[in-house]
Amino acid sequence: MISIHQLHKSYGKLPVLKGISLEFNAPGSVTAILGPNGSGKTTLMKSILGMVLPDQGDILVEGRSIKGQWAYRHQIDYLPQIARFPENLRVRELIAFLQDLRQGTTREAELIRMFGLEEQLDKRLNNLSGGTKQKVNLVLAFMYDSPVLILDEPTSGLDPIAMLRLKEFIQAERKRGKLILITTHIIHFVEEMADEIVFLLEGNIYFRGSQEELKARFGETSLERAIAAILGAGKTEMNGKASPSLFNSSTLQLLNS
Amino acid sequence: MILRVLFLLILPLGLVAKTIDVCPTCAATTIRQGIALAKTGDEVLVHPGTYREGNIIIDKSIILKGIDGPTVDGEDQYEIFTIKASGVTVEGFHLVNAGKSTLKDMAAIRVDHQRHFSICENKVENAQFGIYLAYGFDGIVENNELKSNARDEVSSGNGVHCWYAKRIFIAHNTIRQHRDGIYLEFTDDSHIVDNRSEGNLRYGLHFMFSNRDVYAYNTFIDNGAGVAVMFSKKIDMLYNRFEHNWGRSSYGLLLKEIYDARLEHNQFLSNTIGILMEGATRIDYRHNRFKRNGWAVQMTGGCIDNHFEANAFQSNALDMVVNSNVNNNTFNGNYWSEYTGYDLDRDGYGDVPHRPVKLFSYITSQTPETIVLLRSFFVDLLNFSEKVSPALTPANVADERPLMQMPEI
Amino acid sequence: MKKIFQYTLYDLIRSRWTLFYLGFFLLLTTVLLAFSGDISKVVISLMNVVLILCPLIATMFGVMYAYNSREFTELLLAQPIKRTSIFWGQYFGLGVSLSLSLAIGIGGPFLFYGLFATGEIWNFFILIANGVMLSLIFSGLAFLIALRNENRIKGFGLAILTWLFFAVIYDGIMLLLLVFFREYPLEPLALSLSLFNPIDLSRILILLKLDISALMGYTGAVFEKFLGTGLGITIAFFVLLFWVGLPALAIRRVAGRKDF
Repeated sequence: MISIHQLHKSYGKLPVLKGISLEFNAPGSVTAILGPNGSGKTTLMKSILGMVLPDQGDILVEGRSIKGQWAYRHQIDYLPQIARFPENLRVRELIAFLQDLRQGTTREAELIRMFGLEEQLDKRLNNLSGGTKQKVNLVLAFMYDSPVLILDEPTSGLDPIAMLRLKEFIQAERKRGKLILITTHIIHFVEEMADEIVFLLEGNIYFRGSQEELKARFGETSLERAIAAILGAGKTEMNGKASPSLFNSSTLQLLNS
Repeated sequence: MILRVLFLLILPLGLVAKTIDVCPTCAATTIRQGIALAKTGDEVLVHPGTYREGNIIIDKSIILKGIDGPTVDGEDQYEIFTIKASGVTVEGFHLVNAGKSTLKDMAAIRVDHQRHFSICENKVENAQFGIYLAYGFDGIVENNELKSNARDEVSSGNGVHCWYAKRIFIAHNTIRQHRDGIYLEFTDDSHIVDNRSEGNLRYGLHFMFSNRDVYAYNTFIDNGAGVAVMFSKKIDMLYNRFEHNWGRSSYGLLLKEIYDARLEHNQFLSNTIGILMEGATRIDYRHNRFKRNGWAVQMTGGCIDNHFEANAFQSNALDMVVNSNVNNNTFNGNYWSEYTGYDLDRDGYGDVPHRPVKLFSYITSQTPETIVLLRSFFVDLLNFSEKVSPALTPANVADERPLMQMPEI
Repeated sequence: MKKIFQYTLYDLIRSRWTLFYLGFFLLLTTVLLAFSGDISKVVISLMNVVLILCPLIATMFGVMYAYNSREFTELLLAQPIKRTSIFWGQYFGLGVSLSLSLAIGIGGPFLFYGLFATGEIWNFFILIANGVMLSLIFSGLAFLIALRNENRIKGFGLAILTWLFFAVIYDGIMLLLLVFFREYPLEPLALSLSLFNPIDLSRILILLKLDISALMGYTGAVFEKFLGTGLGITIAFFVLLFWVGLPALAIRRVAGRKDF
């Protein structure tokens, strides 16, 4: 469904993606895209959405290049990392706006019920808490029921119940045959949800495979330790080329989360 | 008025007058015949009709009177009436198509070296010069309506033209589309009252070398320029309206080489320049209103002893330009709508002086093209800083007692 | 674009700032009309406000809105719509909400005082038209600056500088140039310099309507021909329209190449 060929992208002099090629062809699967901060996860996702324009390489969705296209985004639901909305609109109006924008049938009622947003519908968005905004964000992302889901840090700010609902929802969507791409810092979430892991490091694909393969490759029993091992190995492999602070902090972040 | 009363008193002193009628079926069928039949003191009544006559010479003291406005047509060739006797009245005619010439000045009615004439209630259309007084003395020009179609200054003439005239009373006339509405040269001791001079090519009223004249209650609208007073002395200018004399190098009033004059209760409304002064000396300006002019007053070289008191300067783009050193010109107790001071002692006068010359006025007088920056924020800032500490504008041009409230004018 | 425009407008007209802006104009115009008997003076006072404040507020609103809606813009970018539609929609939404505040804020009191029946309606109209165009131009420039600068502090600084340049510095430079070269025929220079600054253009358009055309024509034939006739007004108006289009085109160009 989505194939990425030799994708290069740099911001100014800083290379972020260094020739990444990937295929996402299995419907009904969850792929976790992992990597320390600055490894290019978000850039990769945004490239698929056409928000970041690659320097080289191409991305095909359903076999057609997305360069200069926009209609292909009907195939994709996107959950952005930060949930901020026009301050003076009410939740109901915002939902109506996005429905209006994209047309087609939507399933927001089900989602609103799922996240318990019924009470919040007539509130203005600048009066909502961060967690509630994230719920609105989830509703907006999921309501179109498109075949591809791209979720950037879907769990941020969610309370345990909402988190549980989200997990159930993602599982259900997988069963319905969706192609789901997730970035997250929460290892347990990955363990629970991901069929496949893509690990980005320094703009390259360091590893791609199932959780078991990852654990086996590093001889670790848990995913957490395997990732720690990657980062440790990455550190030695890179011979200190990358700034240690980047790795230290992100390692900590990964382990602690 | 006095002149007029005197004149009326003189009339009955003549002989027992008789009346001669002129009409197509009368004994006299032409005006010329009528005049020929008349004797001094007679009245020639011209009945309605069109009389194609030119060069009618009135050489005796008679009253020539049109009944219901008979038309006299000069057929574009002739002067119509030439007054060559004293004590002549020409009244109630409709004079059309008097001759035009570029070689000599041709008029609908000419007075030639005579006194005690009265030219009233005539309607003059399409003449080069309307009423031409050459060496005319003690005469009246009243209630006439003059309209021409002047296109350029060379081929056109003035509505009422006075040349070496004395003690003339010009009142209640309407003059349109001539070169100058009223022109006075070497004309002294005359009164110009309640005339309306509109849409004339050059000036509404024009003085040259004329002294001791008064003009009052006149209206000057939409002329090339309103009034020009040049090389004259002792002119009183009272209760006139100078309105919408608008356009490039146009102004309400030009004072050029003029001495000892008085301007009171005049209204200067929407003129490009209200008063333009060059070499104006010993002039008092009181109770005049300057409203919505481009420049209210421009004082250029050699203006001495001009005194402005109790005038109102309202919403002019620029109130005052002074581009020479100031020679004893004063401003006292005027109202300036731009004044931003205060009156803490409540005596009706602002406690800080008002400086009417802005830096921008000064700049535009040096570099006129900068006028495109009029009212720009930068210019406002500039004016403000100059106001706080004057560096370029004359510091002594200031009204020490600016009025807080607009005076009744 | 229409939908983005609608919702942006819908969002903005309920913003506190828009209401504050509207309230400011209502109050100012009412006070001016109530305390000054001379309508032309009111129009001139309002002109100064429109020429300085409209661009300033539009600039500030523009950067503020562009930066504040940054994350939501990303959400929109992920939707199946063209980039240009998003940014033009937001740009016009912002411009129109500012224009509405202006038109209602000034028009309301004018209506209340029954001035539409008088000849002042044209002055009012020309004032509003120029205010609207300046709002559009400067919110567009601000949008552009925000698009080109990720750093918000830098963006804000640049936006203020842009305003300061057009509102003040430009005229200062122009004045210096004119005074410096006063030995030469200056009219074409003065005119063409005015064309490159939308605030100057608006000011001249309003002044011409206020019957100061003859004053402009005082200096020479070129001014008279250009500013004293319908030709000049028409040209000035179209150049101003061009100025409205300019940021819109630049936004399309920049937005088309930008990574979010």
